[in-house]
Order: sequence, then structure tokens, then C-alpha cells
Amino acid sequence: MKTLSLALRNLLRNRRRSLTTMFAMVIGAMTILLFGGYSRDITYGLQTGFVIRGGHLQIQRKDFFLYGSGNPAAYGIPDYQHVIDVVKQDPILAPMLKVVTPTLSLGGIAGNFAAGVSRTVIGSGVVVEDRNRMRQWNDYRLRINLLPSALTGTPMDAVVIGRGVARVLELCEPLAVADCPPHAKIQVEGGASAPPDISELAALESRPAAVKGDTRIELLAANAHGAPNVASLRAIKAEPQGIKELDDMFIGMHLAQAQRLLYGTDKPQVTAVVMQLDHTNQIPAAKARLAELLATTLKNSPLEVQDFETLNPFYGQALAMFGAIFGFIAVLIGAIVLFTVGNTMSMAVMERTTEIGTLRAMGLRRAGIRRLFVCEGLMLGLIGAVVGVLMSLVIAWGINNSGLTWLPPGQVDPVPLTVRVWGETRLIFGTAFGLAVIAMISAWLPARRAANMQIVDALRHV
Amino acid sequence: MNVVTMKHIGKTYHLDAVDVPALIDIDLDIRANCFTVISGPSGSGKTTLLNLIGCIDQPNTGEVIVAGEAVQKLPDDALSDFRARHIGFIFQNFNLLPVLTVEENVEYPLLLSRVPPAERKKRVKALLEAVGIPDKARNIPGQLSGGQRQRVAIARALAPAPKLVLADEPTANLDSHTGQAIIELMRQMQRENQVSFVFSSHDPKVMAEADDAVMIRDGRIESIERREPRNGGAS
Repeated sequence: MKTLSLALRNLLRNRRRSLTTMFAMVIGAMTILLFGGYSRDITYGLQTGFVIRGGHLQIQRKDFFLYGSGNPAAYGIPDYQHVIDVVKQDPILAPMLKVVTPTLSLGGIAGNFAAGVSRTVIGSGVVVEDRNRMRQWNDYRLRINLLPSALTGTPMDAVVIGRGVARVLELCEPLAVADCPPHAKIQVEGGASAPPDISELAALESRPAAVKGDTRIELLAANAHGAPNVASLRAIKAEPQGIKELDDMFIGMHLAQAQRLLYGTDKPQVTAVVMQLDHTNQIPAAKARLAELLATTLKNSPLEVQDFETLNPFYGQALAMFGAIFGFIAVLIGAIVLFTVGNTMSMAVMERTTEIGTLRAMGLRRAGIRRLFVCEGLMLGLIGAVVGVLMSLVIAWGINNSGLTWLPPGQVDPVPLTVRVWGETRLIFGTAFGLAVIAMISAWLPARRAANMQIVDALRHV
Repeated sequence: MNVVTMKHIGKTYHLDAVDVPALIDIDLDIRANCFTVISGPSGSGKTTLLNLIGCIDQPNTGEVIVAGEAVQKLPDDALSDFRARHIGFIFQNFNLLPVLTVEENVEYPLLLSRVPPAERKKRVKALLEAVGIPDKARNIPGQLSGGQRQRVAIARALAPAPKLVLADEPTANLDSHTGQAIIELMRQMQRENQVSFVFSSHDPKVMAEADDAVMIRDGRIESIERREPRNGGAS
């Protein structure tokens, strides 16, 4: 009979025990799938965040990634428009491209001299229209809706700053920054009195009185020749940057403004050409093509290509962390399934010892006995896995429609809490297949014991 | 012609540190198409002898030939196939597979012998009619009486058309009336199917029905009484 039919009937023989075992498998499958779906969603969220901000690939001047932050102006790409044109017109790259845009990174000191405060900042000059298009990238159909940049349609001197920068520069009130509690100003104890002539000079240069509602700041940066240059800018909005370190240092501005600050009247440069692709899985092909272009058409420029994973090591670390947790959970669940199914099958073998003897006496080979019990284990595994998958899909649907939100690392705004199980074919089939195989393996030992029984001993069993 | 030949058979069980001889120097021929009863007191070695004849146990010494085959030389898989083809078993506790219906239980040995489906169905139907329970085909063993279960067991044992059917005290768990009916049925089946039946029993009525009666005591054959087969079987 059809070993499968016999195995299924044997499973139904002790329904309660089979259900208990299956329940353990269902819980196991659900745990793996829901955590896998959750971590997958976080991974996609992180990736989307990084790709929206910095694209998939960046063409940079050689060594900028390692040494450029100390002197960004020195690592500029002078003929960047040519690079952009080459990339955009390349027949292999063009179909993959969503956005190609220049960007200029800079470091400096931002000050609100009216308030007598300043701090070091990391600035980024961008083409706002291009950035707005980059914000629309949502390859994983996450439930996010990013608004256009606050710099859209603003004058050249407009800047967006991190909330931490706004707090330190005492711009909370005019920029309506929440979470900015009032604090007592610390008066710096003076040392010995300055000489009268110095005091008089200082009095002449005394800071202007703060104008209520004014958000003007000064940004001091070293230009391409190493000389200091100052730009007077107007902060139009304070935005959270997700990561506190970035939030305390970020200043975003129009590319032309950043170029004027760093290069003055010299030929403007950028520190990177950002490329956003249609899909992340196009990175290897795009990188390969870029390598060809850098070796041929652009061989006179000392350029290199970095992908978003290299530019954002946190992404790889987060991936590795979730991978490790997922692996740990999977191993734990696997061990539970292994022992649960093994125990169930051992009990079944013990209870059916006489039956095993009868089957063997009638002429069923040892392999037939083994096959029968392994088949029962496999069926337990498969049924448990299938029910677990279905339950996971239902629970994931419930979570995804619960309206819960959370703030993933690297994101600016809270996003809906979602668990991505539906559509994750590899995760679903991998889990189901893995659990079924484990169940089969755990049935193997009892099955082997059953097959190796002496027929007369089995028949004598009471 | 003999369906079973046993020469100088010895079988010893090792219980902890003690060796317990179950069979000592047994020489026995089982005639084809005969009704053979092995009788003797408890612990005399009846079941051990049946197990050796049924190829589900191996002797320590001697040689067993069943249906012309020296079965001790067969590897395990070949021995399993041999049993499936040539030997049917009827157990004291019926030993039907509880998850299978009556017809599926009878069909099971035919599956092991790889009989085609159409032939299987035909044979199962004929056997269930022969043992008098065609109406129970779709029942599971749990829904049958002891006598009915033993009828199913008889049909199952005869399903692959074996040369030899072994029954270890087949009436021990039945009342005397049902037991008698089962003995008569087995006798009838033995005649109709031209098969050798060997079973162990204490029952004098069974002994009276036998063509050959083998008395065994303390692991040795005490006597063999051979009568003229009532079905014209070979002597």
C-alpha cells in the first residue's frame, strides 16, 4: 500500500500525539518565518534608506573613501560633468540607471554668532531635483512616502540642518524643533582681565543682538587652496537624520552653494557622482561596466567606484547580525523539531513493535520498514511546515495591517511595522524544506532501530 | 515430496549468562499439501520450531530447507522476498494491521509480491468469500469479532498462494465453538488451495484433524504420527 497512505493512516492513529508534534513544528516554522520576514523587512528598509541617500554606486576620486574626509576639496572630480555624460550615454549602463547626480561633501564649522555658539559639521551639496527623484526609489514596495526635500524651490543660501545641529546652534525655536528642552547657559569663568586696548577692540567687534526668528548661520570651511572661506546661510528646516552622530553634524545645501564655498571662482568640482540603479541586483553588472569605462573612456581620471555596502558598513554589520540571530533561531528550532519528531517516532516504534514483526514476517524488507517510519516523519514535517507557513502568512498579514510603527536604524521617520513573508519564496520554501528534512532525519534513527529488530523478538513484544 | 526438511537442528537461547536449549537435534520433514500439527507442553519448543520453519529465525546448528531452498544461505532481503512468496503466517493474536481495512489487510502480501492491481482485487474478493466475510471488506479489524479477525488472517496468509502456512496456536484466543470453526476453515482452505498447513496446538480436536501429528517435548521430537492425507497430498 502505497507507503504514503499507510504512513498517513499511522499518523492519524494517535491523533493527539501527532497533533502535539505538529504543533511544535508549526510554532517552529512560524518563528523562523516571522523572524525571517521581520529581519528581511529591516534589511530592505535599511537598504532603501541608504540607496535613497547615497545611491547604489558612487564614482569617487581615488582614495577619497579612505582619506578624503580630511580634505574633501583636494579629492574633487574636476570634469565630473563629462563623467556623468559618459555614464548616462553608455548603452549598457543607461537602461539600469534611475538617477545620476553629482554631490560635494565638505567639512567645516557652523556658527550662530548671534547666539555665540558654533560646532563642527559635515556638509553635503546636492542637486535637489535629482535628490527628489532618488527619494522615489522603492524597489521593495515599502510603505514609505518620502516628501520632497525641504530645499526644493529654495534660494541658493538655504540649508537643511540636523536637529542636533539646530539644538546646539540654539535654533530650536525658530525652526520649531521638538525635544529641545530649555537649558541654563554655562557662563565661562573669565581669567585675568584683558588689557584695556584689547577690550576696546573686542567691544568694537561685539556680536550683533540676536533677532527673534532669524535662522541665519555662518559656515566656515577650508577652500581648495587651504584658505578659510565663510558662507552666510539660512537654515530653513531641521530634520532628524536617524543616527545621532549624523544628526549632530549634518548640513545639507544646494550643490552650487557648496561649490562656491570650496572652490570660489575656480572651476567647480564634486567629490562623487552618485548613481542610483533601478534594482540592487544590477550592482555587479553596473560595477563591471564602470570598471571597463574607467579603464578606457575615463582612464585619464584617477577614479574608483564604491558600492553602497562599502560606503555604509553598518548595512553589512546589520545584515550579519540579523543573519547570526536568524541562524541561531533556526538551529534552535531545528534541534527542537529534531528531538520532538524523534521522540514521537521512537514511541511509535515501541508501540508498533509487534506490527513491525508481523510486516517483516510477511516479507516486508528492512528497507520497507525504514521507509515507512521515515515517511511518517517526513509527513509530520511537511504537514507541520505547510500549516506553519499558512499560519505565518495570516499572522504577518495581521501585523502588517495593525498600524504599528517603528523607527528602524538609519531612517528619519517612523515606518509601519511590517513582516515580509508573502513573496519571500526562498525563505518560505527553505524553511518548509529544512523542517521536513530535519523531521525526516529525526525519524531515521527510530526507523533504523525498527528495521533492525529481530522478527521473533518483535513478535514476542507485548 | 516434502515442503520442509530439517536436519539436525539445534537452537539455544542465551538468557543472561545461561544457555537455554530450545531445540535439540531435530530431524523433521513436513509433507506437501498436508495438515501438520505440532503439539507439546508449554516451553517444549513448538514456537521456536515454527519460527525456524517460517524463516523468521535461524538455527544454531543444522540445516533448514523450505520449498527446496536452503534458506539459511539467503541474505536478509532475499529471505524476506522468499517469505512473501512462499510462506503465510497466522498468529494467535491475529496481528492484523489496525489502520487497514479487511480487504487492504488481505491485499498487503500481494503488494509485497508485486501482483498487478486487477489480479489483487480479484484474489482478495475470492479469498474473502472463501473465508465467509465478503461483507466485511470495508471494515477495519477493530470492528470485527475474534473469529472474523482470524478469518481475515487466514485469507491474508493464503493471499500470495504460498506453499506453506504457519499458524501458532491460532485458536488460543477464541472460544471453543469459534476455534472449531476456524480449524474447519483452515482444513478446508488447506484442501482447496493445495497448501501445507503447520500449526502448533494443544487442542485434541486439532490433533484429530491432522494428517501428521508431531509431539515435541523438552526440545526434542517425541513422536511423529503420519496418517494418510485426507486430501490426497503427496506422502
